[in-house]
Amino acid sequence: MANVLVVAEHLDGKLRKVTLPTITFAQQTAALTGGEVHVLVLGNGTDAVAAEVAKYGVSKVHFANSPVFENYLAETYAPAIVKAAQAIGATVVAAPSSTTGKDVLPRVAAKLDAGMVSDAIAVFDDGGIKFRRPLWAGNVLTTVEVVTPVKVITVRTTDFEAPAEGDAAAVEAFDAGLAAPDNAEFVSFDQVKSERPELTDAAVVVAGGRGLKSGENFQMIMNLADTLGGAVGASRAAVDSGYAPNDWQIGQTGKVVAPDLYFAVAISGAIQHLAGMKGSKTIVAINKDADAPIFQVADFGLVGDAFEIVPALTEKLKGIV
Amino acid sequence: MKILTTVKRVTDPDMKVKIKPDQSGVVTDGVEYKMNSFDEYGVEEAIKLKEAHGGEIVVVSVGPSSATKEIRTAMAMGADRGILVETDAELDSDAVARVLAEVVRRESPDIIVMGKQAVDSDRNQTGQILASYLDYPQATFAYSLEVADGWATVGREVDGGTATKRVKLPAIITADLRLNEPRYASLPGIMKAKRKPLETLSPSDLGVDIANKVNVLLFEAPEEREAGEIVEDIDTLIDRLKNKAKVL
Repeated sequence: MANVLVVAEHLDGKLRKVTLPTITFAQQTAALTGGEVHVLVLGNGTDAVAAEVAKYGVSKVHFANSPVFENYLAETYAPAIVKAAQAIGATVVAAPSSTTGKDVLPRVAAKLDAGMVSDAIAVFDDGGIKFRRPLWAGNVLTTVEVVTPVKVITVRTTDFEAPAEGDAAAVEAFDAGLAAPDNAEFVSFDQVKSERPELTDAAVVVAGGRGLKSGENFQMIMNLADTLGGAVGASRAAVDSGYAPNDWQIGQTGKVVAPDLYFAVAISGAIQHLAGMKGSKTIVAINKDADAPIFQVADFGLVGDAFEIVPALTEKLKGIV
Repeated sequence: MKILTTVKRVTDPDMKVKIKPDQSGVVTDGVEYKMNSFDEYGVEEAIKLKEAHGGEIVVVSVGPSSATKEIRTAMAMGADRGILVETDAELDSDAVARVLAEVVRRESPDIIVMGKQAVDSDRNQTGQILASYLDYPQATFAYSLEVADGWATVGREVDGGTATKRVKLPAIITADLRLNEPRYASLPGIMKAKRKPLETLSPSDLGVDIANKVNVLLFEAPEEREAGEIVEDIDTLIDRLKNKAKVL
């Protein structure tokens, strides 16, 4: 049977949200292949996660509890996913396009002799199954076909909704029969304990550019972000100037974000930056240069001095949100 | 220690990409090319490893003859010799990884450091597929790297924080932002690079069939955003966000 296998993600004993849109992608794909959606949960103590994911309109959940899977390693997860895919007759293996999905699925693809598509944003039948995916940081979209019998896909989860909850599917233990590898070791995972949401996950992002002139001036960006419960970002120019840390960088060589609301403050709008944020639903640009290219993509533009506008805007929003 | 690093020739990410009228690809006439920016981090890290541990850096590119320019750039930065596996075909990540696996088998490096992804095809697969074919461990999205006693300790950029992983050499490391600050090629470096050895091979010299597993059928431009409204003041902006965009 042409089944679809979804690799679930979890953290601190809870299903990660990115798994849900991946299930939707799998349901759409299974409708085209005529197969079932199966889910694989790897970890140690995954019973609750398996029970949770079973509610989302899937046919079966396979969970493996083993000290080998206690901490994520591509070297153990990849062979386990390969084994599960072969056991259930999966012709499509899908995972979220998260850092874990991106890390492990290419290893799986090579072992299954499968072609792989990264960051799928759509699946459809057009004389055979085709996928759509972005290139050049979203400046180009392509339609691709995978010619191998087994296809491995990471899913851009912002492009799919979460599935509806339904009756719980059967949950079954899975034994990968693996020993710990002798050539790779997990050392630590340092979770960022921030009050702010993750950049790639946030509904609101407030980003600052070189026009802010110093790292200290980013404080007003943080104040606006905190007022809206959003994340803080920066342009590459601001990062290169040392005003903001690297992991705040939004752009082609940084992070790609698609929040509901994006504020570009004192950012001119270089192609490199636009590539990372133009998928945002609503874009607000605040810049003193009325000719800045950012206004060409902004839904709402405010021309003026960010040092006056942002604090005043933050104060007014405090009374509203 | 012998270090292998890879470079891909890509379109300048600061230029706007144009799609051909027949949607078969992107316009390449008049386009400027440069080294994939993530590969710059990989090359820089290879040089840092050589500075710390001694040895040799081999820089490899799989691509058209014009990619010798990026190989020379890496040599001008500090790589010792180059290998171009020449092909004009557009390869998928799997084909590139199969070619690189043969180069690795020939060269037997202690470590392979490469960019986490190319900024044109954005696939983020080649390093991991290469590791899988070689049965090597991998550490992707590296922001820090230390090598001692035959193991690499790698700080990795992952969702929700950072992770640290140890991998036994030989291993594949893929470079993320923050790993280092790539150096510029100096003028003496550029002069020296011209005399460094550069071997050109074909995929068939390596015995690799470069047939793709994934074919790109169609290139399209995403829907263009249109310029919106310039608002007068903060109150109007808040009104629009509340009542028009309904995001507040």
